[in-house]
Amino acid sequence: MRNERDMTTNSAFRTPHSALEVSFTLNGTPTTVSVPDSERLLDTLRYRLGLTGAKEGCAEGECGACTVWLDGLPANSCLVPIYQVRGRRVNTVEALDPAAVAPLLDAGATQCGACTPGVVMTALWILQHPDVLATHTVRELMAGNLCRCTGYDGIVDGIEAARP
Amino acid sequence: MSVLLPGSRREALELLARSNGAAMPIAGGTDLLVHWPQRQEEHDRAYLDLSGIAELRPVEWTPDALVLGGLTTYWDVIRDARVGRELPLLAVAARQVGSIQIQTRGTWAGNIVNGSPAADGVPVLMAYDAVVVLESVAGREEVPLERFYEGYKQMRRRPDQLVVAIRIPRRPYTFQRFVKIGSRRAQAIAKVGLAVTHSAAGGGGWRVVAASVAPTIRRCPSIERLLEEQAAVHSPEELLPAIARDVTPIDDIRSTAEYRKLAMARVLFYDVFRGREQGAGSTDHGRRMTDNG
Ligand SMILES: Cc1cc2nc3c(=O)[nH]c(=O)nc-3n(C[C@H](O)[C@H](O)[C@H](O)COP(=O)(O)OP(=O)(O)OC[C@H]3O[C@@H](n4cnc5c(N)ncnc54)[C@H](O)[C@@H]3O)c2cc1C
Ligand code: FES
Ligand code: FES
Repeated sequence: MRNERDMTTNSAFRTPHSALEVSFTLNGTPTTVSVPDSERLLDTLRYRLGLTGAKEGCAEGECGACTVWLDGLPANSCLVPIYQVRGRRVNTVEALDPAAVAPLLDAGATQCGACTPGVVMTALWILQHPDVLATHTVRELMAGNLCRCTGYDGIVDGIEAARP
Repeated sequence: MSVLLPGSRREALELLARSNGAAMPIAGGTDLLVHWPQRQEEHDRAYLDLSGIAELRPVEWTPDALVLGGLTTYWDVIRDARVGRELPLLAVAARQVGSIQIQTRGTWAGNIVNGSPAADGVPVLMAYDAVVVLESVAGREEVPLERFYEGYKQMRRRPDQLVVAIRIPRRPYTFQRFVKIGSRRAQAIAKVGLAVTHSAAGGGGWRVVAASVAPTIRRCPSIERLLEEQAAVHSPEELLPAIARDVTPIDDIRSTAEYRKLAMARVLFYDVFRGREQGAGSTDHGRRMTDNG
C-alpha cells in the first residue's frame, strides 16, 4: 500500500494508476487483492473476483443496482474507491440465503431482474434490522433502488410479508 | 491520479501540507466518485483518503454544543435519537439526502466543502448557527458557516486545511422548519430549500436560510427583519420584494428563476409566516414537496 515515503520524492503525483494491495473481509472470508488505485469496489467485485451480482446501472449513485453492505450498511459500490474497503467487511448478493429471498419472489418483486440484486440487498438489510422500521417506512428505505418493471408494489409487499 | 492513506489526523494534515495543494481529501466519495472515469485521467491529482481516520468519525455532545466529526455521516446523525429531540432539522434534512445508500456514506463535512448551492445539509447547519472547525499543521481556525462561502464554490478553506469538526450550539428553539422542493421525493436535488429557526436564546432570533436561489447557500436578512418586526403579511406575493433583495435565483436545468422566487414566497408564507403562530410545540419539522403536489 502506498505510504507517505512516496511523498518525499513526489512520486505519488507522477505514477498514475499504481497498484495497491487491499485486504478486507468479503462475505466472511479474508480477501486480498492487488488493484490499480483508481478502481471502484464494483469493478473489483465484478471483473477481478467474478462476483457479477452487483450491477452497474448508472455509475453515479442513482439506481442502487450495485448495492452491497459495507460494514453492515447498504452502500453503492459504484461510489466506493477500492482503497476505502481496507480492513472492512463487504457483503454481496452472492452470499445471501436463497430462502430469505423467497417472500420477495412470491410477492412479484422481480420481473426483468436487472434491479433485483440491489433490491434484495437493501430489502434483506431492512429485514435484518427491523428497528429501522420504527422511524422509516419501507418505501423511504427502498427509494435508492430504482425498478423500471414492478411499479414497486411487489417489492414493498414482499418486504412487508417477510417482516418478523 | 494516486492515493494517500493516512492513519491519523496528524499524518493527514502533514501529507496535505506537503502536497502543495495537489492532494484532495476524500471522505464518503458521494460527490467525488460521480463522473469517476474523467477523474482517473487527472494525472497530477492525489486523493487523500480520510476514511481510515477513526478519530474523525464520532459525534460528541458537550454541555453547550453538538460536535460532528469531520467524517460523521448523515446516517450517524439519523440514528442519534438525541438529535431528533434537540436539533431535529439535522435528521429531517439528512433523511432527504439522496437515498439510504447515500446517507450511509455521505458526510456533513463533504457537503460543506463540496459547496453546492443546492445542498441539504448546509442550510440546516446554518440555521442552527454552526461553526466550521478547520485544522492544518499551522493550527486550528473556526469560521461561522454563515461566513464560510465567498462565491459560487468559493470558500474560506485553504487547500492544506481539513474540516475536523462542525460545532452546533445547543439552544432551545421556538420554531424550526426545513422544506425542500424537488422533482420527486427521493434522489432529487433541491429546486428551492429553506431552513428556518427561531430561538429566544443569546445570539438567536430568526434565521432564514435559502438554498438553490443564489450562488451560495445564504441567510435572508430582509425576510428575517420582517419576522423580527412581526410585520403583517397577507399573501405570498407581498414577500416578493424582500425575496428579491435577499436572493438571485437563475434559470437552470432544474428550474427557472421565476418559479424559484414564487415557490420560496409560498413556502415562507404558508410554513413560516402563518406557521409561526403554531410554531412552539409543533413536532412536524419538515416537509418535502414535489412540483405536482
Ligand atoms: C445519487 C446522489 C444523490 C445525492 N443527493 C443529495 C441530496 O439530496 N442533497 C445533498 O445535499 N447532496 C446530495 N448528494 C451529494 C453528496 O452526497 C453530499 O454532498 C455529501 O454530503 C458529500 O459528502 P462525501 O463525504 O461523500 O463527500 P466527498 O465526495 O468525499 O467529498 C466532497 C468534497 O468535500 C471535500 N471534503 C470531504 N471531507 C472533507 C474534510 N473533512 N475536510 C476538507 N474537505 C473535505 C472533498 O475534497 C470534496 O471536495 C447526492 C449525491 C449522489 C451521488
Ligand atoms: S450503478 Fe451504482 S447506483 Fe447505479
Ligand atoms: S425488475 Fe426490471 S428493473 Fe426491476
